[in-house]
Amino acid sequence: MISIANASKHYKGAPKPALNNVSLEVEKGDFVFLVGASGSGKSSLMRLMLREDVPTKGSVHVLGENLVGIPSRRVPFFRRRLGVVFQDFRLLPNKTVAQNVAFSLEVIGKSQGFIQESVPDVLRLVGLEGKADRLPSELSGGEQQRVALARAIVNKPALLLADEPTGNLDPATSLDIMSLIERINASGTTVIMATHDQSIVNRLRKRVVELRDGEIVRDEIGGSY
Amino acid sequence: MKLVFSEVAQGLRRNLSMVISVILVTFLSLTFVGTASLLQMQIGQMKNYWYDRAQVAVYMCSDVSAADSCPQGKASPDLLERVKEKLESPTLSVYIDEYYFEDQQQAYKTFQDQFEGNAVAQYVTADQLNETFWVKLVDSTKSQIITESFTGVAGVEEVRDQRSYLDQIFSILNAASIAAIGIAVLMLFSAALLISTTIRLSAFSRRRELGIMRLVGASNFYIQLPFILEGVFASTVGSIFAGLAVLGIVQFFVQGYLAQSLPFTSFVGLTEGLIVFPILIGVGIVLAAFASGLAIRRYLRI
Repeated sequence: MISIANASKHYKGAPKPALNNVSLEVEKGDFVFLVGASGSGKSSLMRLMLREDVPTKGSVHVLGENLVGIPSRRVPFFRRRLGVVFQDFRLLPNKTVAQNVAFSLEVIGKSQGFIQESVPDVLRLVGLEGKADRLPSELSGGEQQRVALARAIVNKPALLLADEPTGNLDPATSLDIMSLIERINASGTTVIMATHDQSIVNRLRKRVVELRDGEIVRDEIGGSY
Repeated sequence: MKLVFSEVAQGLRRNLSMVISVILVTFLSLTFVGTASLLQMQIGQMKNYWYDRAQVAVYMCSDVSAADSCPQGKASPDLLERVKEKLESPTLSVYIDEYYFEDQQQAYKTFQDQFEGNAVAQYVTADQLNETFWVKLVDSTKSQIITESFTGVAGVEEVRDQRSYLDQIFSILNAASIAAIGIAVLMLFSAALLISTTIRLSAFSRRRELGIMRLVGASNFYIQLPFILEGVFASTVGSIFAGLAVLGIVQFFVQGYLAQSLPFTSFVGLTEGLIVFPILIGVGIVLAAFASGLAIRRYLRI
């Protein structure tokens, strides 16, 4: 599913590498927490898996694609096969909930029939039925993140990358979102989640990969923060 | 596709003032290009027309001729006869279509006609003007034969090819059209920069959508197409205006005014204008596609 071998990332002008000789294997259906302080390299690692960046050294394979050698015109097709959510939701403020989800299907060329069928389905799945016509500004933070999750999984991706999805949410709402992500994982989707939230990591007892100064210092199954 | 066009319409609306300036700059620059190419066509036509009619003048010495070219004073009838014989000689006559002799009275009459109303006409008398052999050549480019045969011959003051006057006029027109093209190139360059800035602005104002489109895997083509279409749309509108302006210039200025006031000259008409029209639109589209491509490479990296 994911295979990263001896990957390093140097940003120009930075004295230390953002990632230093990182190797990571993730199997299909896994749930992995990426933990570590700010600047430890979590986001850099996520960017490599999304092919927003290529490593200075080493190799990155995700969903069977070699992300170092992939031609840039094929990158969009690679990204269609995974879902992404972020701390800041990244919704379009002038589109309704349903339009936000539909937009991501329209731009990859899905038919209107498919969109009309799958959007209500996925909104029901994330618990937003009845809110399809609301604007993001009319929703709570937790509900906005549900929209973002709906958008990420509407295409039934094999892999979900979540970069601090609960970073902007209160503890109770975070738990709701986590149980949703767990459900997504239970249906077979591999989940990689970068987080700062100790209580979530400690409660779920999943695989924990800890980064410090760009290196993996711990990779523990059923670990805590 | 529907979505692409609504994106284009949205982008055009959002950057209306920039789009208008792109339209204006392409309009102006392509009007210059069009006018310059029409001027070139006009020069070509006039060359054909006038070179055919250009003659070589063999000016005979008069009473007022300068002493260094005419030491013997006014050309005697004997000298005139010798020039005439030479023109009719087998070596020269093959190059000559026809020639005629203009005496001082005829020259005076022509002069009075040409300078009617001008003060100089009052002071000139017939005996100050040259008697002239006007020679029309079979091939007007071979005027050198006449020049060489008669320069320095006794009684001949000067041999002059009318083409040398025409060449001056044409070189002025030519310089004008080159200047117009130079200005046009500068303006086309600024149009290209303007298009690329417009696209950059447009990309900036849509950076949220673009970010999301990238994340969910919209193809490069899908992301970039609205921007290219925006640029092409603006410059196509500009080049259509330029084409219409050029047609207008031909129809109302050249044909409606110039051709009326200078009836003996043939001018470019709508036929030439219609040749220039598609060229302008082609240049406009190529320009926009090129500028958009450049802008996209810089501001829309996937």
